[in-house]
Amino acid sequence: MDASPPAETLLRIHAVRQAYHKDASADLVVLDDVDLQLRTGEIVGLLGRSGSGKSTLLRIAAGLLTPTSGEVTWRGRRLAGPAEGIAMVFQSFALFPWLTVQENVELGLEAQGIGRAERERRAEDAIALIGLGGYESAYPKELAGGMRQRVGLARALVVHPDLLLMDEPFSGLDVLTAETLRTDLIDLWSEGRLPVKAMMMVTHNIEEAVLLCDRILVFSSNPGRVASELRVPFPHPRDRLAPAFRQMVDDIYALMTRRPPAPRPAAAGTLPLPSVSTNLMAGLLETLAQAPYRGRADLPALATALQLELDDLLPMGEALQLLGLAVLEEGDLRLLDRGRAFVEADTDARKAIFGAALRANVRLVAEIRRVLDERGNHRAAAVRFRDELEDFMSPDYAEETLSAAIAWGRYAELYSYDEEADQFFLDEE
Amino acid sequence: MNFPAAAVARRLPNLFDLVAGLCIFAALIALAGAARGALAPLGALDATPISLDPWALPGYAGRTTLRMFAALFCSLVFTFVVATWAAKSRHAGLVLLPVLDVLQAVPILGFLSFTVVFFTGLFPGQVLGAELAAIFAIFTSQAWNMTFSLHQSLTTVPADLAEAARSYRLTAWQRFWRLEVPFATPGLVWNMMMSMSGGWFFVVASEAVTVGSESWKLPGVGSYVATALEQRDIGAVLWAIGAMLAVIVAYDQLLFRPLVAWSAKFRFEQTAGDQPEDPWMLRLLRRTRLLRRGTDALGRGLGAVGRLRLAADRASASSGRPSRIRDALFGILLAIAIGAALWQVATFAAASLTLADIGEAMLLGCYTLARVVVLMALATLVWVPVGVWIGLRPRWARRFLPIAQFLAAFPANLFFPVFVVLIVRTGANPEIWLSPLMILGAQWYILFNVIVGASAFPGNLREAARSFRVGGWLWWRRIMLPGVFPYYVTGAIAAAGGAWNAAIVAEVAAWGDQRLVAHGLGAYIAVASEEGRTAHVLLGVAVMCAFVAVLNRLLWTPLQDYASRRLTLG
Repeated sequence: MDASPPAETLLRIHAVRQAYHKDASADLVVLDDVDLQLRTGEIVGLLGRSGSGKSTLLRIAAGLLTPTSGEVTWRGRRLAGPAEGIAMVFQSFALFPWLTVQENVELGLEAQGIGRAERERRAEDAIALIGLGGYESAYPKELAGGMRQRVGLARALVVHPDLLLMDEPFSGLDVLTAETLRTDLIDLWSEGRLPVKAMMMVTHNIEEAVLLCDRILVFSSNPGRVASELRVPFPHPRDRLAPAFRQMVDDIYALMTRRPPAPRPAAAGTLPLPSVSTNLMAGLLETLAQAPYRGRADLPALATALQLELDDLLPMGEALQLLGLAVLEEGDLRLLDRGRAFVEADTDARKAIFGAALRANVRLVAEIRRVLDERGNHRAAAVRFRDELEDFMSPDYAEETLSAAIAWGRYAELYSYDEEADQFFLDEE
Repeated sequence: MNFPAAAVARRLPNLFDLVAGLCIFAALIALAGAARGALAPLGALDATPISLDPWALPGYAGRTTLRMFAALFCSLVFTFVVATWAAKSRHAGLVLLPVLDVLQAVPILGFLSFTVVFFTGLFPGQVLGAELAAIFAIFTSQAWNMTFSLHQSLTTVPADLAEAARSYRLTAWQRFWRLEVPFATPGLVWNMMMSMSGGWFFVVASEAVTVGSESWKLPGVGSYVATALEQRDIGAVLWAIGAMLAVIVAYDQLLFRPLVAWSAKFRFEQTAGDQPEDPWMLRLLRRTRLLRRGTDALGRGLGAVGRLRLAADRASASSGRPSRIRDALFGILLAIAIGAALWQVATFAAASLTLADIGEAMLLGCYTLARVVVLMALATLVWVPVGVWIGLRPRWARRFLPIAQFLAAFPANLFFPVFVVLIVRTGANPEIWLSPLMILGAQWYILFNVIVGASAFPGNLREAARSFRVGGWLWWRRIMLPGVFPYYVTGAIAAAGGAWNAAIVAEVAAWGDQRLVAHGLGAYIAVASEEGRTAHVLLGVAVMCAFVAVLNRLLWTPLQDYASRRLTLG
């Protein structure tokens, strides 16, 4: 894109912060102090784990959300609500099931009050461009996922937006379909056939970001911040297997698994727990112990071998790290001694090791057990722990954290949980 | 067949329900007061006698059907105005939803007498007043669940579609017609059909009304049956049943099957499910050229209206926080209204009711409750096994579902005379044998829902049960009863509600000048309204509302919660 006319700044996001109010106590900060400039001719990727606020940022850029503080300007003017010249593609496609392909594509034009003849002409152009010719009168439910996302793309392109926003546009598709769609999109872009001046996409797939984007913003979580900004120097079309490409993917993995700065002491032990099943943890430990990894695995390779996305693999690694069974370092996952002992043990011994690790490392679990031991009837309402958690995290995270504590504690036979009464209790031995 | 989830939102009665109940009764008292003042000029209305000639029946059936559709039209207008208002304005929602919830529990037949008096008072000496009263009675049986359905749809529009609509900058008007109404259509059509089914019962009951010394007979099937009862003509009753059958078959085949099939287009699902075959009427409509061209033009015209760029959002990013001052003002107004309602109810009750009256109504309520409980238990014992048996056989289920639906729509009160004749002839005890009438129309909801539940029961679970050779009582207890339970609860709530309502027409029956009365709250209301004792009718209606509300809270809501928590698959 170097040969194009001098780049003009389209979108400027300055010191944006997004927080949700929680009664009385501190705000839950989703995004903190984010700066971003988007210029013509570039594709920018927002890369991060779920919960890093990247989708929130995309919605702020789309004018769907107003940030709590900070400034968003679109072509030099303050952005208030969805603006002309910005179009969005959704992860879930967001097609209207009662409208045909043609009608879905025409939607944005209708909203602008464009006459029927012109609407039809432009919709046909967009449909042809994106490879949907012949499907004009089909309803979305008759189409496969890939074709549906093509409708989503055509609907966005038909309004000739200057900026195309895409929220994980390929993550709802199977691997092969997603690859075809990515290639088609980037080919159209490289050939200058897209009626679009810049694109910004959210993804949690590192390879996808390196494959498509010119610039990648890596987000850290809790609260979401831009942790680093990377330029991707390769020209399109890019070769996934090129050593430089692989190296960049590896580097980003390392970046994303780097230990966060030490958590605030007050919050230690009340950080959100990743909701990872004990079966998965055991399976990952066993895989890690065996050949070819023998105690140490490169995360990108492991993800490929297990057919897992980064978003699935990282929480598992973090859970193991939290329990002191394995450790994440520089894009690798390394088995620790206690993890090896777990792999070699039988079922009952595994539970004992897991239980000990839980009580030593997860304050919430230790606390639940302590309360149960103290009570005469060995029962305690879960709502109390949920409330305590909600002082530190959003209700969703609190729920996820509590359900992880329930599942892990059950597996280790530290306590039981009665769903009907929403109570923890100790089984009579 | 797929059915949209029952869209009637059941919520726990709370403080708002109580308050809303107060307001409604205050309004009723005001209405009745106005009606009493306007009672005088009536009298010339019942000049046209009802003919028992079977050849007059088609004309009567036509009048009855017209009333029905007039009421349906009013209900639709009401639904669109009120549901939209409640969904778009927080303050309106806060007031309207509890009010609707209470209105849903009010036995319509209980205040039929006031509305008749009120509307005939509006148009003295004209049939129009009585017509409007009948239409209003049907309206009150149809509007609430349709409104709930639309409101629920409007507040549960899928977030991604709402976002897409906003990001493509559709105006509020465009969003309403392009997104919200289409999304609400399947639920609304389904509830319209349910409303129509319920409505036939009330149209028949509301055509012939006696209040005090006055009585009205509007030309229609209901009046025909009432006249046949007075003249002890069982043949005429059978003719009326036949006419009603024909009407319901026609409305079902010509209108609702095509409408439901058409509304499937708007169903919000991204996968192509098994599409049932189009009903013949819809195929016919699609094949006709002229009609089709007409409907296409109409559709295009409506589409153009929906595309108008009205009501563009001023600031559409979502961060608006409600203003404190408006909230405070709203709170004060609400408090004043509640205070006024409380005062009116209290003074009215103090003036015309004694504690003994209330005690009597409560006791009679217990009698009726006992009837409802016994009948529900019997209906459950009979229809659950039958429904399961049918539901597990797809061929039978396909054949029986429309029949059960049809039976639920058929106004059971047309059959009452047949039972009354039997009771009179055999000299059976009316306290016991009038009771089955209450469940006559309502029981089909149980059958219908159990069939749906059993046919939706996953095949793999049945196979698992078979492979472990689970049989007999164990099979019912562990496999099938838990499987159909959520569906049963849905049906049972509808059936119980129907039974309470039917008590008002079922606990009192007449054959010529012979009168059968069973002790109960329904009879209490019916007799009081015939004798024009407003205070006692209101008391009876209030007590019945209270019984229904308490039952909902103590029995049905917990059961529904339990079913959705523990017994819902997937």
